[in-house]
Amino acid sequence: MKKSALSMKQSYIVCAVGIAVLFGLLMAVCESGAANTYIKGILMTCCIAVIMTTSLNLTVGVLGQLTLGCCGFEMIGAYSAALLSKMIVAKGIAMDPTARFLLTIFVGAVIACIFGILVGIPALRLHGDYLAIITLGFGEIIRVVLQNIPAAGGVGLDKGQAGQALIGIDRIANLYVVFWITVITVVLLFMFARSRYGRAVKAIRDDEIAASASGLNITYLKVLVFAISAFFAGLAGGIYAQYMGSLTPAYAGWLQSTNYVIMVVFGGMGSLTGSILSAIVLTILPEALRAFSDYRMLAYSVVLVVFMIFRPQGIFGSWEFSLPKLINRIIYRNGRGGAAKAAIAAEIAEFGDVTATAAAAETAEPAGKEA
Amino acid sequence: MAEQPILRAEHLGITFGGLRAVDDFNMTINKGELVGLIGPNGAGKTTVFNLLTGVYKPTDGEFWLDGEKMNGKKTYQVVRAGIARTFQNIRLFKQMTVEENVLVAFNESFSYHMGGAIFRTPRFWREEREMHQKAIDLLRIFKLEGLAQTQAANLPYGAQRKLEIARALATGMKLLLLDEPAAGMNPTETEDLLECINTIRDRFGIAILLIEHDMSLVMNVCQRIQVLDYGRTIASGSPDEIAHNPKVISAYLGNDEDDADTDAEADTADTADATADADGKEEHDA
Repeated sequence: MKKSALSMKQSYIVCAVGIAVLFGLLMAVCESGAANTYIKGILMTCCIAVIMTTSLNLTVGVLGQLTLGCCGFEMIGAYSAALLSKMIVAKGIAMDPTARFLLTIFVGAVIACIFGILVGIPALRLHGDYLAIITLGFGEIIRVVLQNIPAAGGVGLDKGQAGQALIGIDRIANLYVVFWITVITVVLLFMFARSRYGRAVKAIRDDEIAASASGLNITYLKVLVFAISAFFAGLAGGIYAQYMGSLTPAYAGWLQSTNYVIMVVFGGMGSLTGSILSAIVLTILPEALRAFSDYRMLAYSVVLVVFMIFRPQGIFGSWEFSLPKLINRIIYRNGRGGAAKAAIAAEIAEFGDVTATAAAAETAEPAGKEA
Repeated sequence: MAEQPILRAEHLGITFGGLRAVDDFNMTINKGELVGLIGPNGAGKTTVFNLLTGVYKPTDGEFWLDGEKMNGKKTYQVVRAGIARTFQNIRLFKQMTVEENVLVAFNESFSYHMGGAIFRTPRFWREEREMHQKAIDLLRIFKLEGLAQTQAANLPYGAQRKLEIARALATGMKLLLLDEPAAGMNPTETEDLLECINTIRDRFGIAILLIEHDMSLVMNVCQRIQVLDYGRTIASGSPDEIAHNPKVISAYLGNDEDDADTDAEADTADTADATADADGKEEHDA
């Protein structure tokens, strides 16, 4: 009976193959010349949005704490990475651009993470609206601080002038490298969510009092999740800085953060695959609507409003798309579906509930092709 | 030398503003003992639970678990030391499966860390498998193993109560605090629950402190009963003594005899019935 479904190891191999195929497609599109700079730019923005949205979903969807300051952390990472990159160039240290890129985004992420912990410890004592306001305020503080730091504006490190955009950052972000960073981010978040840590975090979302009565250290777990989210936001920021080549403090404000919260809600709270899909769709949608020029943002808003009325739980709800499960379903559709289902149900750290899976199967298949 | 009591509380008290919610609360519970805590609504029973689980800090007094002082510890520390509880209004992790609910409480029994989770080390798989098995075994005691993959919110009421107890047991506690486990249950479910409580006490050899309004349940299972009124202990003793204690009867019915006369008669009859039930059961058992 057990052989009728994919084993755990096979499932991992299937996922790895899926990612490799995706990378192959990306390479084919880029190398064949089918993608111009504009398309490549959109793909890059998609990757950044995926990192931001999935990591934000860990706090908003899985932990259930609404934060509006994710772009504050993103910009901390972005400015740190950009300034470090400039410093390395200014000091004349010989370094491979990719190595410099990886080093700077990592340092940016760590600095964002430290800020995440510092902000998280006092802020996470609050819930709901209050936490949202605190984090919103944090993003604004970052914006104002960045506007007033001379080094964060202008061309050179010491020639800066407060209130200006930081320009002249080396554009060394490579789409392939960024793709793999995105993949690693999503995999790490999945591993975290599908472990005892993920279970504990979900328990806090469902009932904080019961969670502490089950022996969970709520404060520690909350700060941990907040720090992880901040880390990846910082990582995305570092990529953004070295893709755009310039940064403005305005990006740290609440408007941009709200955009990512929309992506999380649109994809489904707590569903990482939903976040991936919605990040991609909502990045491409405004671009695809360019044909309507003036009505573009209007159409975008209408799509969002209509979608939220008819599917308030988001594209996936709390359900996760899974390639191995899809294959199980296709291969063992006739008669043996029950066995496959039982095997899936026995899977350790099973996330989506069985009834929802059945209901969402129809939406999953086209979604799979798209993703 | 006598064995150390599981729980020893001395002169516990808490004041909210000008309100003395619990005053001079003393209690000793030994291993394997089942003690009932009863009293009219608002008597401070749940406040006692909140004191014992670190939700509230006692303004005075001290309490020990197995000789270890528990005052001032945070809830999760108290739980890890060995006091687990259920709630008056059921608090499950509703969007998680029945098995996951139990696994959350097993969290401290896992030894793998973040690295193990990320790299899916052999230890990760071994422990996840072990804990899965332990969770199923635990659910089997409550006849919930068939519902392991069901979302907790979709369980029937009685099963939700049982799952909450199962989750509390999974923390590996020495003292279990049950806050009105039979509330809102029909007689069959109550019967079922009674059986569960007896099973877990026999199997795990733990001490249980029970808050309950269902008198027949309390009279049936508890070895000792302590009665609270306005935050003070007004009586404590065997179920039989409590049922006939005039102070207890007046606390439940008010002490204005003229007004409460008819009610009192009815209720005394009830209590007598319950006692009779208990006696009957004992005879039957013997």
